[in-house]
Amino acid sequence: MTPDVLTIADTTFQSRLFTGTGKFSSGEEMYHALLASGTELVTVALKRVNPNEKEDIIFWLQKGNFHLLPNTSGARHAKEAVLAAHLAREALGTNWLKLEIHPDPKYLLPDPIETVAAAEQLVKDGFVVLPYVHADPVLCKRLEDVGCAAVMPLGAPIGTNKGLKTSDFLEIIIEQSKVPVIVDAGLGAPSHAAAALEMGASAVLVNTAMAVAGDPVAMAGAFKKACEAGREAYQAKLAPIRKQAEASSPLLSFLDSL
Amino acid sequence: MSEISSLIDSLNWNAVEQSILNKTESDVLHALDSSKPTLEDFKALLSPAAIPHLSKIAMLSQQLTLQRFGRVMQMYVPLYLSNECQNICTYCGFSMDNKLKRKTLTDEEILQEAHIIKAMGYEHVLLVTGEANHTVGVSYLLNAVKLLQPFFSQISIEVQPLEENEYKLLVDAGVHAVLVYQETYHREVYKTYHPKGKKSNFDYRLATPDRAGEAGVYKIGLGTLIGLENWRVEAFYTAVHLQYLEKRYWKTKYSISFPRWRPHAGTYAAENCISNKEFVQLISAYRIFDQEVELSLSTRESPNFRDNVFALGFTSMSAGSKTNPGGYANKEESLEQFEISDERSAAEIAEMLKSKGYEPVWKDWSTCYH
Repeated sequence: MTPDVLTIADTTFQSRLFTGTGKFSSGEEMYHALLASGTELVTVALKRVNPNEKEDIIFWLQKGNFHLLPNTSGARHAKEAVLAAHLAREALGTNWLKLEIHPDPKYLLPDPIETVAAAEQLVKDGFVVLPYVHADPVLCKRLEDVGCAAVMPLGAPIGTNKGLKTSDFLEIIIEQSKVPVIVDAGLGAPSHAAAALEMGASAVLVNTAMAVAGDPVAMAGAFKKACEAGREAYQAKLAPIRKQAEASSPLLSFLDSL
Repeated sequence: MSEISSLIDSLNWNAVEQSILNKTESDVLHALDSSKPTLEDFKALLSPAAIPHLSKIAMLSQQLTLQRFGRVMQMYVPLYLSNECQNICTYCGFSMDNKLKRKTLTDEEILQEAHIIKAMGYEHVLLVTGEANHTVGVSYLLNAVKLLQPFFSQISIEVQPLEENEYKLLVDAGVHAVLVYQETYHREVYKTYHPKGKKSNFDYRLATPDRAGEAGVYKIGLGTLIGLENWRVEAFYTAVHLQYLEKRYWKTKYSISFPRWRPHAGTYAAENCISNKEFVQLISAYRIFDQEVELSLSTRESPNFRDNVFALGFTSMSAGSKTNPGGYANKEESLEQFEISDERSAAEIAEMLKSKGYEPVWKDWSTCYH
């Protein structure tokens, strides 16, 4: 049996749980939570990288030997995102990029028009681009067409912990996509992550639900298990949901004996 | 008359005050249960009827803040560039009629301050001046921003109200946020506190956030000086202003500050004080009403109070602040706008935050976002 790994661009991952780095009470707590989650890919905002700080966010991420996925959080349009991407590549030594452009600082919803424009440019510039987008199937196909290595549609507005509010659209995206689909944003409980993977998502990205949990390290462990269970359930092929009851003693068997 | 002036004038101060006083316990409970609190819910949360439910209100505020912003606190520090001012504001230490030595920092002095602030760990700095167009006008500010750019990731300003094209120049030069406080939304009361100077024009000041919003400023800070009028009514008017701005300038972030009047070189004594309990009510009400707005806690508040209140809704804090131009390089404590109350250093505040399970965030911006 071939091992179940996720491949994005030229990199394989055992874990289908990607994580963020915000909102933790300290770098050290973040480090322990990320270790407990079993994550191999961690996104970090370029704007939080602070070379003047002794134990900044990068110190802890390097200690854990995680793959870094720099993101462009803070960019309001394509031009800023492209500039931030280049700075991130230089500062962090990776050409991987989570492209996020949210001109709306209130709900941090991604701008589809600017995202496509920036993605096209960044792919040309040699980046492995993973764009954060609304759960819009057509947009995801457009991003695939311009060369994105994966798409990251949201489950619910970021930070809300509301779960898979966009599930009907995520199902279409998963059905149509040729690149990995990573459900990002809004996953508030391990059960939400499990549901996304059961549905066939390639991976999930979780941050707030771990960082602001009563015990972030324990919650990270719970997400790890949920992702494993969700993926196994997907592979085992879920029993179909039936609209009608199926009587265990057939209702019309008397007809045969007539 | 501008749209915001018409909106503010469409409200009746006394009617708003009465409506807040008339809110009942059931209005308060309704506000606490609402998933999208309205301005009426906000009134209930601000009302005296909410006081018996304060611990529930504060707990909800803390929980919402944690959910949205996490266990972190953004750190910033003011850098006073000048105390020259052409206004008479009867409550302010910089008021033109106060016999105070006036000073505007030279390039060399600005750089001296920058080195010290940088060594304190700061990446976010707030430039403050009085309102003196001939000395600290746009060209002075542009020069200061240019000098400070290599030191800091985020530069904000709290200076005289400017024109839209001037804000555009400053944004292009790298200014992140514009803080401009209305002081009071009560038109007549405003007149009595601001008898002279450009600031005496209530409407020009009121439309300043619009000009900043049109210019594409990233963040606009609002606030009133607590002590000038009834704080409950001021908060309601601020919220009306905030909602108005959020709809129009949807790419801009907003923050609210809560300056409480502090002793200074003038003679004014505040009449409309707010108790610590009411202060907690005020910030909690804001957080429940608007879960995304940033709330800022300054060194005007006492150490013990800051240690206990910061986690109830605030998202940014200053520490180790000096409120006089050149104050970081020169120990001599004079020329200041107001006396700070929490004199602990930035490092001490960082330790306090860590001991309470919060991470101080020094840098959360990149100069590439300009």
